Amino acid sequence: MSYVLDTTDRAIITALQSGLPLVPAPYAEVAAGLELAEDELCTRLQAMKDTGVIRRIAAAPNHYKLGMVANGMTVWDVDDAQLSELGPLVGALDFVSHCYERPRDLPDWPYNLFAMVHGSSKGEVEEKRARITDLLGDALNGSDILYSTRILKKTGLRLRKKG
Amino acid sequence: MVARDRTPAVLDETDRLLVNALQDDLSLDHRPFATLAEKLGLSEDEVLTRTKALREEGVLTRFGPFFDAAAMGGAFCLCAMAVPADRFDTVMTRVNAHPEVAHNYERTHRLNMWFVLATETPGGIKDAADRIEGETGIKVHCFPKLQEFYIGFRVAA
Repeated sequence: MSYVLDTTDRAIITALQSGLPLVPAPYAEVAAGLELAEDELCTRLQAMKDTGVIRRIAAAPNHYKLGMVANGMTVWDVDDAQLSELGPLVGALDFVSHCYERPRDLPDWPYNLFAMVHGSSKGEVEEKRARITDLLGDALNGSDILYSTRILKKTGLRLRKKG
Repeated sequence: MVARDRTPAVLDETDRLLVNALQDDLSLDHRPFATLAEKLGLSEDEVLTRTKALREEGVLTRFGPFFDAAAMGGAFCLCAMAVPADRFDTVMTRVNAHPEVAHNYERTHRLNMWFVLATETPGGIKDAADRIEGETGIKVHCFPKLQEFYIGFRVAA
């Protein structure tokens, strides 16, 4: 079920889109800017956490700066009948971050499983890719790996202005 | 902002401790950084000073709430385009100008531009993809997630 956002929630989200101020009392500062009490802001943020609107309040690290210079988006053409069983095994690998089933887009794109693989070198990423190949075994019909060569944009979610 | 600097940062042990801890949920109290500092055995001032420095150096691209568009009735969708090399920068500027484009990566494939659309309604995805297609004349391939197998990975610093 979706959480219904009222105007105050929307104002809060807009105010926090670029992030939380790095000051001793960040919620008080944001609340003051919105003419809200700090308590009310925190109660609303808690409600958004409880309903999953906010996953967490945390840092987004730049993988490259942390030495994870090789990040490969591995993509796999997996037998449909076996995907629901094999997907969670791939997702559970400790070097895989995002792991999803996505639709094929034939003829350009035969792959239905995406798994982000992170490593400190291309060699390490290729080694990890080979482990996924082994894991998928006979269910695998083909695969590829796409390396990111540039971050072109990275922001939090931005809502369009309504009205 | 386009992050072009891919040089790994030089971090000391305290920075590493902090980068790891900052990827967990910050508490909702009056002095959340003091709460975090206490857990780490640091002072509030040191946590804030170092966190600001990590942001300025680009080690952290952002600090704040991670919103889930799906939980608000909205939608996310991974999209890809095959952009000719000689038009890449122009198309990138066009694509990035859309507020629905949450992030965008250049990747090694014929489909060389991969971005995530985040919109308030599921219908918004198609609208945004159509607008981008109309503006650039390049097909936008949409790959919505059908099943999520895992999310919650943290980068160890």
